[in-house]
Amino acid sequence: MAAVRTSSEIGFNRVAIVAVLVVTIIFLAPIYWIASTAFKPRNLATTIPPTVVFQPEISPFVKLFTKRSQLRSPPTPEEYAAAPWWERVVFDGGEKIVRDGKGQVQWSGYPSRFLNSLIIAITSTVLAVGMGTFTAYGFSRFKVKGEADLLFFILSTRMLPPVVVAIPMFLMYRAVGLNDSHIGLIILYTAFNLSFSVWLMKGFMDEIPKEYEEAALVDGYTRMEAFFKIVLPEAATGIAATAVFCFITAWNEYAFALIMTNRRAQTAPPFIPSQVGSGLPDWTVIAAGTFLFLLPVAIFTFLLRNHLLRGMSFGAIRK
Amino acid sequence: MATTMITTLDRSSRAAARGLSDISIRNLFIIPTVLFLIVFNIFPLIYSLGYSFTDFRASTNAPANFVGLQNYRDLLNDPYVWSNFAITAKYVIVSVAGQLLVGFGVAMLLNRDIPLKGLITTLLLLPMMLSMAVVGLFWKLLYDPSWGVINYALGLGNFEWLADPKMALYAVALTDIWMWSPFVMLLSLAGLSAVPKHLYEAAAIDRAGPFYTFFRITLPLVAPILMIAVIFRTMEAFKTFDLAYILTSQPTAELISIRLYKMAFQEWQTGRSCAMAYIVLIMVLAITNIYVKYLNKVKER
Repeated sequence: MAAVRTSSEIGFNRVAIVAVLVVTIIFLAPIYWIASTAFKPRNLATTIPPTVVFQPEISPFVKLFTKRSQLRSPPTPEEYAAAPWWERVVFDGGEKIVRDGKGQVQWSGYPSRFLNSLIIAITSTVLAVGMGTFTAYGFSRFKVKGEADLLFFILSTRMLPPVVVAIPMFLMYRAVGLNDSHIGLIILYTAFNLSFSVWLMKGFMDEIPKEYEEAALVDGYTRMEAFFKIVLPEAATGIAATAVFCFITAWNEYAFALIMTNRRAQTAPPFIPSQVGSGLPDWTVIAAGTFLFLLPVAIFTFLLRNHLLRGMSFGAIRK
Repeated sequence: MATTMITTLDRSSRAAARGLSDISIRNLFIIPTVLFLIVFNIFPLIYSLGYSFTDFRASTNAPANFVGLQNYRDLLNDPYVWSNFAITAKYVIVSVAGQLLVGFGVAMLLNRDIPLKGLITTLLLLPMMLSMAVVGLFWKLLYDPSWGVINYALGLGNFEWLADPKMALYAVALTDIWMWSPFVMLLSLAGLSAVPKHLYEAAAIDRAGPFYTFFRITLPLVAPILMIAVIFRTMEAFKTFDLAYILTSQPTAELISIRLYKMAFQEWQTGRSCAMAYIVLIMVLAITNIYVKYLNKVKER
């Protein structure tokens, strides 16, 4: 190729590189805006022209975690001096942190929602990937009658719009008292991710040469031993990639969480939008909540970058 | 030849007889998953099929009355519901076409030697990994007519994105295009890098123009993978709920999933919403079937 390059081709290459940079900046701008708003003082979040250069603040994060109320009158100098630094930044914004009768700081709803998200996403991922790995091995190594139909059935359960599945699940959960419970959401997310995990893991299993286990069988291993000692270590990368995908799906899920939970087991995705009520929302606090919530996914995306294609195409395309 | 000797394990051999038989291991590995999916995916659907023939309302204690096909008849004769389907179709077409255009375009730009190509690709993929609901919410601020960054950057003054009935659906689609073009880009890049280099060299030797090269070499070879992206995105766009629900409450942007949600959980027309869910389900299964057939065809090649 290089030998037949003309000057116009090189010129086009330069234009393309500039275009790529512009596109990248446009695509990242909304994410940058979330991240920067999370560190702005409230009065700079909604300005015209938009504020780009500013002194970063930690106050949105303090406000995110605490209950606050408007200050009716400014704090006395003694009050201000006695307050810890994290309370002072809230004073500076014209608000005060709500304390109960014993002077204990009142938490906002955010930390418990974040914790719920963690518990539900991690548990359902472990279950879905665990079951999915076994099942994928079964489909990969043994003849199963109607295998294609079964795999289609497994996949199609994931393709349904969540609301379609949520209506009967809501009624059933209400009958057995699983509404607004961690277990209820964990079961739903496990079922949702299981099909994906079976499909993806089957691809990874198909790539592990059968000869490895066959050799182990000849050496005196049982099929089970061969699976645990030979196949599982070989599949470790695939299992990790599948787990990250399942975690991200469960972490991001909104519709089921909106319908099935309202307080006790509510996860962050339905909670964060519910903070934008009527009136003027404090976008810095929303941005701080969004920023913390997006951070794990952003990190995982980098760890997962070589498997994204495969995961997003249900294992159809391998690189 | 040595491998074939090893792989054809005799069923009656000592190795195969040790521990659990292959058949029981297969059943042990597969049956629990299938059962789990039947209990938590298929059984609820059977349950709601039953309710779809009744006038049940989950908000009252009144017993459900059997009404036969009444719900289905009402829904299919309801112009309101038809308009929801029309809105959904418009949304699917606009957002998938946009994603195809942007995603494939960016892939064409990226398909060359570019410094930091790996990093740029990963950064571009970030939007699609993030939570639709949470990031969608933030787009409300970006679209804000008074202090939204978008209006400022484009010099649009106080242009209404989400509050204008004509514009709302396109604003939702635009955010969807931002989120999911990277998906089309990712698949297109895989397709583009699989095009054999010697074809381009041959075209260059034959002095073929860039258009000829694109339409006769690049496009036909990438088409199967683009098709996967289109079917997959069509399916997902058809299901869209989060983004549209969070961004706007305009009736002109009421997608079928939102109608279904309101019918079931705000108006509490449980029986009717079950019937509606079934209509949607049949449509989704039809698209999924096409998708899986196509996937298997591509995989075989």
